[in-house]
Amino acid sequence: MMEMFRKNVSRNETLVLLVIVGFCIFAALSDPGFLSVPTLMDFLRGSIVLTIFAVAAMLVLVSGGIDVSFTAIAAFTMYATAMILNSYAPGVPWFVAIGFGMVIGGCLGSINGLLIAGFGLPTLIVTLGTLSIFRGFMLTFIGQKQITTLPPGMREFGRMMMIRGENADGSFYALPWAFAATVMVVVFTWFLLQKTRLGRSVFAIGGSVESARRIGINVRATQFFVYVYVGALAGLAGIIHASMARVANPFDLVGLELYVIAAVVLGGARLAGGYGTLSGTLLGVALIVLVRNSLVVIGVPATWQSVAVGLLILIGTGLPAWQAKRAAARAA
Amino acid sequence: MEQQTRLQSWTSALITSPEARLALIAVLVFGVMAALSPDLFLSAQNITSMAFQFPEFAILALAMTLTMLTGGIDLSVVGISNLSAIIAATILTGFAGAGLTGGEALMWYGVAVCTAIMVGATAGLLNGVLIAVLGLPAILATLGSGLIFTGLAVVLTNGSAVMGFPAAVAFLGNGLILGIPAPLILFAVLAAGLSFVLTRTGFGLKVQLYGANPLAARFAAINITSMLLRVYVSSGVLAAVAGLVVMSRANSAKADYGSSYLLLAVLIAVLGGVNPYGGYGRVIGVVLAVLTMQFLSSGLNMLGVSNFSRELIWGVLLIMVMIINIRPDLLNPFKAQRAKT
Repeated sequence: MMEMFRKNVSRNETLVLLVIVGFCIFAALSDPGFLSVPTLMDFLRGSIVLTIFAVAAMLVLVSGGIDVSFTAIAAFTMYATAMILNSYAPGVPWFVAIGFGMVIGGCLGSINGLLIAGFGLPTLIVTLGTLSIFRGFMLTFIGQKQITTLPPGMREFGRMMMIRGENADGSFYALPWAFAATVMVVVFTWFLLQKTRLGRSVFAIGGSVESARRIGINVRATQFFVYVYVGALAGLAGIIHASMARVANPFDLVGLELYVIAAVVLGGARLAGGYGTLSGTLLGVALIVLVRNSLVVIGVPATWQSVAVGLLILIGTGLPAWQAKRAAARAA
Repeated sequence: MEQQTRLQSWTSALITSPEARLALIAVLVFGVMAALSPDLFLSAQNITSMAFQFPEFAILALAMTLTMLTGGIDLSVVGISNLSAIIAATILTGFAGAGLTGGEALMWYGVAVCTAIMVGATAGLLNGVLIAVLGLPAILATLGSGLIFTGLAVVLTNGSAVMGFPAAVAFLGNGLILGIPAPLILFAVLAAGLSFVLTRTGFGLKVQLYGANPLAARFAAINITSMLLRVYVSSGVLAAVAGLVVMSRANSAKADYGSSYLLLAVLIAVLGGVNPYGGYGRVIGVVLAVLTMQFLSSGLNMLGVSNFSRELIWGVLLIMVMIINIRPDLLNPFKAQRAKT
């Protein structure tokens, strides 16, 4: 029993879950209003875009790389889509807008894929470069002003609500259908990673490129796929972000990338590649969103937010790293 | 025929060394900018203003270079430099104030500088302990600690700027020594110092050995923990110095100054030929990369190009240089001929 407990504690997921539960207990004690439907809805709404980003970032980490350009892809996509649809095809329905955005995102992702799989460049450097290229291109050649009148399709998508309700004090809460898109992304990615050969190849190249090559996996094609898929997910996240915010602001999103990667790593994905779970990723996102939304509830001023996130990252990644180091020392 | 062989060997020597390629690029960028706007770009005023602008991020790039040589990275440099600058600024405004002159002002400035450097060293030590003792990956350790340093800077100032220093503070960022900008001299001294340490001392050799092959370094009985601790402490100190330069130039300190410098510092180090996986990098390459970036940036500014397209051009430059570093044969005009014969 004790042994099992210790084994589970050493897994990041259990640790993160315990922290989340502890946080919620604390929050509920200091503010009984915390455990309520509106808080839950706020929490779920706040995690829609971050979860899509995190799933994308996790996939890249599993493949043994790191991507910091996905926020720039998302910003580029939402801005370019809003502008192009407004000028050429304002009447298209919401699903066409989303599809269009995913295609743009996928194309931008293929640039990363080409540089990484084609030329074999280090992933961090390539995506740092494309982060500034995508952002610089958008702000120089597409525009810098917010688009406040979104295409009708995107506006409609932002207004579609799954759940609506009224609080006792007369204010409203709601959960948009965009949440369903996030659920679909998670389920589809789970299927891809666990049930398809392509998904298993992603794990294989993250574990060891050379071994993967020797068992006949096309390493370059797999890498290329990963970056295109991540680009498409980032594009989707961008469209959802703009639809929910009802404005396409080109300065949004970029800057979130390190938070997202932190969430994924908190959830147990390894920077060295080959290991990562969706459940861990979801828990990691949940913890980061909780800290961002509700730190004030447990009595910590909002100015301490980044200190809190930093501490979480250090503790969440430090504990397993230290345990691994101790285990290695004992084995030696 | 013989002449052609000599030309061939000369070209291949030029394109096989990343530093030589970079020198060529720097000269090229300088030439193009000078040709496009000769009156503005070559003016004494522009040359001096360039010399005042680049040292602050160039010093951060030196810190990045040192950590990258070990195969690590320091994402907390901007956080450290703002936190140290804010603590120095708080000392200056609290004890000295704007009106103070003469010896007393200098004394408080000295105290503030020493405190800032101590803060930088302590922050670096924290990174070093996380990485060398606890075994965290450098990216995560410095990402987390960087958030903490920036967060503390926000907590200390509530996000607003600290200002009102004695006039003596302005010298480090704006003064001239024998007609040469003070920050430029500071950068030159630091770069030469780092180059000396890396190439002429046992510590430098250990850093490069560890970066090239950590396991071999361990079997060679190198004290890795102490070496990594020193690397990250030095990186923290360099970041604090950069923070002091920024504070002097801006005549204030704020938690979100220089937020674009992190990307820039990584970019310059990699552009300068430093291998992000560790083991190879020369300070001269980083200096050339800094100059290239500054020529590009000032030149584009004179051509009336917006800041955002500068970001675009930096990204393109980084990726182009990386492609050439990995596939230098793409540049060699004699490759096709050699294949035929």
